[in-house]
Amino acid sequence: MTGLLSLTTFAPLVGVAVILVARAIQGPGAKTDTLAKWIALATTVVAFALSLVLTLQFDAKNPGFQFVEDIAWFGGLHYRMGIDGISVLLVLLTAFLLPICIVASWKSVDKRVVEYLIAFLVLETLVIGVFCALDLVLFYLFFEGGLVPMFLIIGIWGGKRRIYAAYKFFLYTLLGSVLMLAAILAMISIAGTSSIPELMTYKFAPWLQTWLWLAFFASFAVKMPMWPVHTWLPDAHVEAPTAGSVILAGILLKMGGYGFMRFSIPMFPNASEMFQPLVFALSGIAIVYTSLVAFRQTDIKKLIAYSSVAHMGFVTMGIFSGNAAGEQGALFQMISHGVISGALFLCVGVVYDRMHTREIAFYGGLTNRMPHYAFVFLLFTMGNVGLPGTSGFVGEILTMTGVYKASTWTAIVSATGVILSAMYALTLYRRVMYGEITNPELKTIKDLDAREILLFAPLIIMTLVLGIYPNLVFNLTASSVDGLVGAWRAAVGG
Amino acid sequence: MTFSANFSLVLPEVVLAISALLLLVWGAFSKKTTPVFTGASVLALVVAAAFAIHGPRGDAFNGVYSADAAATYAKVAIFLFSALAIVLGDRWLAARGDQKFEFPVLVILAALGMGITASAGDLISLYIGVELQSLALYVLAAFRRDDAKASEAGLKYFVLGALSSGILLYGASLIYGFSGSTRFVDIAAASHGAHGVGLLFGLIFVICGLAFKVSAAPFHMWTPDVYEGAPTPVVGFFAAAPKLAAMMMFARVLGDAFPGATEQWRQILVIAALLSVFVGAFAGLAQTNLKRLWAYSSIANVGYALLGVAAGGEVGLQSMLVFMTLYMVDVTGFFACLQALNRDGKPMETIEDMAGLIKERPGIALAMTAFSLSALGLPPFSGFWSKFYVFKAAIGTGDVMMQWAAVLGLVGSVVAAFYYLRLIKAIWFDASTGSVDVPSPSARAVGFAAAIFSFPIVLVALIWIDPAAKAAAAAFGHA
Repeated sequence: MTGLLSLTTFAPLVGVAVILVARAIQGPGAKTDTLAKWIALATTVVAFALSLVLTLQFDAKNPGFQFVEDIAWFGGLHYRMGIDGISVLLVLLTAFLLPICIVASWKSVDKRVVEYLIAFLVLETLVIGVFCALDLVLFYLFFEGGLVPMFLIIGIWGGKRRIYAAYKFFLYTLLGSVLMLAAILAMISIAGTSSIPELMTYKFAPWLQTWLWLAFFASFAVKMPMWPVHTWLPDAHVEAPTAGSVILAGILLKMGGYGFMRFSIPMFPNASEMFQPLVFALSGIAIVYTSLVAFRQTDIKKLIAYSSVAHMGFVTMGIFSGNAAGEQGALFQMISHGVISGALFLCVGVVYDRMHTREIAFYGGLTNRMPHYAFVFLLFTMGNVGLPGTSGFVGEILTMTGVYKASTWTAIVSATGVILSAMYALTLYRRVMYGEITNPELKTIKDLDAREILLFAPLIIMTLVLGIYPNLVFNLTASSVDGLVGAWRAAVGG
Repeated sequence: MTFSANFSLVLPEVVLAISALLLLVWGAFSKKTTPVFTGASVLALVVAAAFAIHGPRGDAFNGVYSADAAATYAKVAIFLFSALAIVLGDRWLAARGDQKFEFPVLVILAALGMGITASAGDLISLYIGVELQSLALYVLAAFRRDDAKASEAGLKYFVLGALSSGILLYGASLIYGFSGSTRFVDIAAASHGAHGVGLLFGLIFVICGLAFKVSAAPFHMWTPDVYEGAPTPVVGFFAAAPKLAAMMMFARVLGDAFPGATEQWRQILVIAALLSVFVGAFAGLAQTNLKRLWAYSSIANVGYALLGVAAGGEVGLQSMLVFMTLYMVDVTGFFACLQALNRDGKPMETIEDMAGLIKERPGIALAMTAFSLSALGLPPFSGFWSKFYVFKAAIGTGDVMMQWAAVLGLVGSVVAAFYYLRLIKAIWFDASTGSVDVPSPSARAVGFAAAIFSFPIVLVALIWIDPAAKAAAAAFGHA
């Protein structure tokens, strides 16, 4: 069915319109806020349903783009949308996490609720657009447009140092992106088209590939984020509201990985081959170094933020491994990390909503008062560590297998990351959960309520289902990934 | 060519000249401005724009004046934005008891001058247009003569403007001396292939003079002071139509008279463009007054437009025209919002004044956010598309210098992003400091309309602007 993709992408904007109309009729107030929350939830659920339909109708055997829409625009540009095996699950992940974000903010956001919801819905449209765009300029439009809602989410609803964090997030990302814009313009002038499918088969001269690759790398490395340009992420995470962190870690970071798979590798295969050692080195450093940094954190959210950087190291490494196992693993790791890290940030949000602090030292002994919470937190901690049976394991083992074939040393170094992640994650769990309650303020803390359990249930199911039956993902991604790897190998003559 | 054929080509200018004189007489006798008077002056500009669209095309008076697609494109934009300036300025002055009948007349005279420069096919007609426009603008800058800052602005503008006109004229005389003609076609023919030192010397002087008019670095010093001192609606006018007119002069002189010397003038323009971008970006960081801030922003934007001119050819000039068109909408909208905002009768002009505006005046606050994001060059706002065209043209030249200039220009836009973000931060994140007066409906309407154009209308409007600007750009170089 044509138009389904645009429908999914722009469905959240319909919700925005409905919310605005509702406010115009009712006027601002608590009643409107509640109504707006229901509208936003309904919209995101509809978008999720649409993306499910999309996934079910998706033909897994076809490695090309599907649901393609193509309308001529101006100046040779096109409104061109389509998805393949690499993007379909990222669309699904986005649409899956958004209703959870809305529910997570149900009680914790009490000022400017309508604007908050609008920011999230707009962000959803832009992120889905990023994964669906098949025109370079359209892609850039969605990619950059996402900065504004996120800037506002951090800046308005964030913590104490929110303004600093918002600026840092915005300027870091913008600097990376303008270099990519320069590369995009160069590609359009040289190849004479802005169509992504056409550019994927266009052969740029090797020296040119080097420059273009570096420009795209500047943007995606910041977005991922890779060491050493990751420093905006901990600040942004710590200051962002819970749902903002979920969407940041769960989805926005994936735009970097997606960019590498969609642009860097198919369009600049020779440069990707050439820079493979660089990416491996940066990824290895990211895994070891940020894991150690995470170990030293005193703020729960910051710890998880650094662990995100480490896990993204596995993704970049896998993407540039140059074999199907690595790529599949990277893609799987992106999905799995989206679910697990999103869930971990929600876990932090649960105690933050109650106590309004994220200091690890403040907590301790929560198992005594919050058994359900302890179970949920343990499950996602194990997922984060990569325990077999959870989705975290599949991604890590596959990327390492893939990387082992390309560079044994990188695989060995990154394997230490698995141990290090167990070190910081379990220490965190021990300090927050075990022992006696020593802090008198915690004596009355309440366990998860029905809304929170409802929130975690889909995430728990996803973590376990993907951990036990990862083929759900691989069936969809296999043919596109094989196409990607095959084209890369053919281009570099390996 | 018969006189009537020539006459029909210059009809838009004739309409404006006659209307300006008639309005002057009308105003002198009635001694007060009525809505009918303002309406008539707006009508004159709209009629002139209509004549520009539907009138015949061709060269008049032996090529001194050319009514081609480029002139039409520029004139329609210039006349309509001048009409908008009359509406905005008239209401603003009326609210301050400073309404005088000279205001619409001066704007029409300035528009007439700009129309002539846009059509200039000869150094002399170019100069006449420049002077007519400048003289009207000097007076407009000092229009509130009891205001010390406005008088200072007018005087500064006049003294430096006169100097730059002198430089321009000196350059023109050198060009005439070395080529034997003032007509662009003859200059192009006389210099084809070989550009002597004398001719290039003249060209450099002309470029310097024009760079002053367009406020490109390093000739930008007057801009912040004039913007700060002049009445807000007048600044909105300054930042829009005259900038397009000055860009048209660049395109006319360089594209029509010196198409063969691209290599030479490109170097000068690239340096001026990059200097403008970086001066605008870094000096803007230190500003607290929004009018000064937008002065630096306009300097940076002129830099981008110059990059388009430097790219040259049909693509480059098209990018400049698209850039200026989109920029004019943004800047007019921004100053319309600024003039609509008052607190206890006092204009809100600093960034701190905007604190918490989103709670006080959500509509205007949203519009100003859109203009800031647009000026920042963030997609999908119109400012992104204007930069998109310019940088695409610059990179598409294949000239390594132009490509590096484009990359540096993009980096400069990130520096400038910081001060636009400061404004957004004040509007959205800071706590409100007091109530805002009820804004005037006309300024608010213009602000909203421009904001809606900036996004999302621009996404559709470009479908028409793109080919129109392309056709206009194709007209250069065939004079």
